[in-house]
Amino acid sequence: MGAVERKTLGTHRMKPLLTTRSLSVGHGALPLISDINCELRAGELVALIGVNGGGKSTLLNTLAGLHAPISGDVLLEDSPLRQMSAAQRARHIALVLTGRPQAGLLDVHTLVALGRQPWTGHFGRLSAEDLRQVDAAMEATGIAPFANRSLQHLSDGEAQRVMIARALAQDTPVILLDEPMAFLDLVHRVRLLRLLRELARTRSKAVLLSTHDLQTALDLCDRVLLIHGNALWSGSAQEARSSGVLQEVFAGEGLRFDPASGSFRPA
Amino acid sequence: MTRRNTILLVALATATVLLFFLHLLIGPVPLSAQVVMDALFSGSVADGSSRIVLGVRLPEALTAILAGSGLAACGLLMQTLFRNPLAGPSVLGLSSGASLGVAVLMLARPVWIIAALPSDLAVVIGSFLGAIGVLLLIMLADRRMGDGVALLIVGLMVGYLCGAIIDVLQVASPGSALKGFVLWGMGSFSSVVNDRLLWLALPVITGLLAAVLLMKPLNALLLGDAYASSLGVPVQRTRRMIMWTTGLLAGTVTAFCGPIAFLGLATPHVARGLCRTSDHRTLLPVTIVCGAFLALFCDLIVKLPGVSGLPLNAVTSLLGAPVVAWVLWSGKRWARTV
Repeated sequence: MGAVERKTLGTHRMKPLLTTRSLSVGHGALPLISDINCELRAGELVALIGVNGGGKSTLLNTLAGLHAPISGDVLLEDSPLRQMSAAQRARHIALVLTGRPQAGLLDVHTLVALGRQPWTGHFGRLSAEDLRQVDAAMEATGIAPFANRSLQHLSDGEAQRVMIARALAQDTPVILLDEPMAFLDLVHRVRLLRLLRELARTRSKAVLLSTHDLQTALDLCDRVLLIHGNALWSGSAQEARSSGVLQEVFAGEGLRFDPASGSFRPA
Repeated sequence: MTRRNTILLVALATATVLLFFLHLLIGPVPLSAQVVMDALFSGSVADGSSRIVLGVRLPEALTAILAGSGLAACGLLMQTLFRNPLAGPSVLGLSSGASLGVAVLMLARPVWIIAALPSDLAVVIGSFLGAIGVLLLIMLADRRMGDGVALLIVGLMVGYLCGAIIDVLQVASPGSALKGFVLWGMGSFSSVVNDRLLWLALPVITGLLAAVLLMKPLNALLLGDAYASSLGVPVQRTRRMIMWTTGLLAGTVTAFCGPIAFLGLATPHVARGLCRTSDHRTLLPVTIVCGAFLALFCDLIVKLPGVSGLPLNAVTSLLGAPVVAWVLWSGKRWARTV
């Protein structure tokens, strides 16, 4: 690969896919987090961290266009999110919510194929390309073996992977995940983050996930967004460890951040 | 649609066509299959038997098909809309609302409406408005409470309320009007003849087409509003379209055939049990054909020699209530889901 090509690839990977401008989010008139100016760039896996009730889900829902911002803008590449229809939005952002949905009697394959809805015609008929995308998404998440099983018969971890496969099949530049690691044990959390990081890198996606699992997030994510009181702090995992911001955020939580080991200890 | 479900749908459709011809054969006047076929296919022979087949039995069979498929589709839409397996036109008070609309027109007889519209159309409009009115109330309750059980209770209360107002209207109205209304309330597929059939067919077919056009967003709604929106479904607009479609289907069928119990609630469960999926691209066609089949079957029992005079509603309840109870009792995984 020549120098020019590598440079193009590099800039492509760093292209901001989602940008916020002086965004304030919350319910009613009172903002939970205000004046957010951040970017999600192609190829990076970003963790959103904060205490319970701090506004993680509200921020994710606002970025996904499901919740109106109090003020400010969310831009997808260059177009403002609030001017987009639901159908246009669905081609840019895929969303994975926390917990498993009551999906009626849908088998895994049908459920993952719902992710193709933004791209299919009026009756949702799947083309060969759609089916290829569905198969690829199931392959990537390792759920192909239970394509014909119902969601109710899967474990929490398997169900979580099904919903992630659905988001992958949606084939969007941005993927937002609300607590995808809840209910997963350490092995599955690490496996999931590795999968998301690889997807971000190989397909130049921007992946943002909220989590309570600081350790795993700091180890495996490229960048961290920290909800610090009313503001959003952004930086690399290394910066988060060394800058003291983690101590401030979790000071009242009975946790002490130990810079030497880079991990938390009970205070 | 999987191979299994395609075969299932074809088999069901074939069974419905057979039942349709059986329906034409049975009645108070015994007619041979040969006579029925002649009357159907060799044009209008001007004798009595052909008049029975073309003027009485054919409209009744067609009405049963339209009403059954319309109510079944309506029930399925409501179950998905409210994400509640117990939703249905008769349970959530839609039929009661439609009855109230019809009662106001048939019993209270507001002169200004009757003078302005042909009476059949007035009944349809009254019934449709009644159904939509109740549906609006239910949707309001759904948004406010967001709880399936509370919603069902509100539906029942609305049903009782409509029933009480109808009782008041009945006490205050003359005997002749009352008799017509009571007969209408027992449910029947036999009163839709001649050009009235067209007035039933047009709205029902429109409603069924609308339901077919809604299959894709209905599938997304199975995952809940947030996921549906993230998949590109304009949720509020889609919910309104589903609501108008259910109102049109339940309102029209109730106007012409009376408040038919259980068909709308039970048929989607039967269809789900048969095809074992919630994918509306499979489930909706199966439900529609199942509805037509069950309506024909119930009407056939009403027409059987020896039981004449049995109200249609008694038959649909006798068959429907145990089906719904069994579906919930059996604990099968397709039973308690939408």
